[in-house]
Amino acid sequence: MKTITATRAEYCVVACAEVWRDAGEILASPMGTIPTIGARLARLTFSPGLLLTDGEALLMGDVPALGEPSGVTEGWLPYRQHLALVSSGRRHVMMGASQLDRHGNQNISCIGDWDQPKRQLLGVRGAPANTLNNPTSYWVPRHSTRVFVEKVDMVSGVGYDRAAAAGPSATRYHRIPDVISNLGVFDFETPDRTMRLRSLHPGVTVGQVREATGFALTVPDDVPCTREPTAEELRLIRAVIDPNGLREREVPSA
Amino acid sequence: MTRDKTMTADAVVARLASGMTLGIGGWGSRRKPMALVRALLRSDLTDLTVVSYGGPDVGLLAAAGKIRQLITAFGTLDSVPLEPHFCAARQRGGLELTELDEAMVMWGLTAAAHRLPFMPIRAGLGSDVMTVNPGLRTVTSPYEDGEELVAVPALRLDAALVHLNRADAQGNGQYLGPDPYFDDLFCQAADAAYVSCERVVDTAELLKDQGPQSLLVKRAFVTGVVETPNGAHFTSCAPDYGRDEAFQRAYVRAAKDPDAWRAFTERFLSGDEHSYQAAVAAFHEESA
Repeated sequence: MKTITATRAEYCVVACAEVWRDAGEILASPMGTIPTIGARLARLTFSPGLLLTDGEALLMGDVPALGEPSGVTEGWLPYRQHLALVSSGRRHVMMGASQLDRHGNQNISCIGDWDQPKRQLLGVRGAPANTLNNPTSYWVPRHSTRVFVEKVDMVSGVGYDRAAAAGPSATRYHRIPDVISNLGVFDFETPDRTMRLRSLHPGVTVGQVREATGFALTVPDDVPCTREPTAEELRLIRAVIDPNGLREREVPSA
Repeated sequence: MTRDKTMTADAVVARLASGMTLGIGGWGSRRKPMALVRALLRSDLTDLTVVSYGGPDVGLLAAAGKIRQLITAFGTLDSVPLEPHFCAARQRGGLELTELDEAMVMWGLTAAAHRLPFMPIRAGLGSDVMTVNPGLRTVTSPYEDGEELVAVPALRLDAALVHLNRADAQGNGQYLGPDPYFDDLFCQAADAAYVSCERVVDTAELLKDQGPQSLLVKRAFVTGVVETPNGAHFTSCAPDYGRDEAFQRAYVRAAKDPDAWRAFTERFLSGDEHSYQAAVAAFHEESA
């Protein structure tokens, strides 16, 4: 029997899609190419109830290929409604991170001292509201010690330790289900809610992950492999959602 | 009787003063009142406090040294993630920043529009937004839940500047694109609001092909109306035009080098709005 080999990018797509499994009728807000493919894959397979935006103010009634316009609109979501939707909790966002620490604190604001940063980035954007109101996962296409740091320079997205310190209003709806990188899948399923390695993408070793991570990571004795894409999922990724192979630009095959 | 509120962009700026708090509508590099911003650049106004979902409006005003304090959640050009002048001003240490979450900015404007001192919000708790804004306070719910929430102070504005697709001379403003952004809220939060638009039309024209929900801004909140065709350039103004990506890229390239920026300023920003639009047309003819 002929086996189809999935690329690293395709494993990442499936790992991202898994974030939205059993999510029901909520808005999936992916940021980045691979999370976007993942959200569309989830909608076409195991999470058909997901709501997806066109990147501006419309909810798509169809699932177009990346870069193609949507042909069917099923709803309206201008920014004012999007911000309100965040506080309703009916959304699972997958954000990027310029820095991420072991408690899940994320920074997209600036690098260095906030008063006069070495590098000004985007600003906190919606990260403070996202993390306190709806499940927030993270996508890191290049896992390195520059991103996975001991301490982030400006807490934009709130991690487990900072939420706990801020009290019950902060923890009430706070949840960081997953961190997905080009090396593996991570979660916070540890007694002290610090980051744990949950699965490795095929071909990646624990040593590689440790070397690319700037803090002590919890690593169970037996680390499984990230789930393999099914033949149907590969067909959808390659022929339907990302026929131009944009995923390989975000996570190139070695 | 309703009044004719049409005026020029320079007349709008003449009504503003140094040290004022200005709200600027749009979002990132989308439907920014750029013709009004360019008029600000031509003036000697300075020491401004600017409230904005930051895009090139913030970038240009920061590069010209017009901003004392910026209240925002981000600076971005959308298709180019980072706003180069905003970044440069921050890295020089030349911009006093009040960095808030996107929803906190919305709530601050909402409080101002409702004449309330603050609005409660969950966002901010646990984040460094609380650290870098030591003036932010929390408030405890007086009900059984007893929740402690952030009290976002009202962001009251001396003036608001927004750009819409159409307006009548009395100040009824209409948007035709998919997103109103927060332009109505900016106008309601301000003591005076100035609406620039692609075209001033008769009131009866407004709803010829559109539903009443496209009427975003009411004349009761508007002080002046300015007709500025292509006035959001180079940001998007759907459906009249999209973002001028080629020009935005040229802006970003120029912003990275002081000599190139001087040349860019000389070429595009040294004259009035008419000469700006002519220079933009020439730019596109050259690159065609």
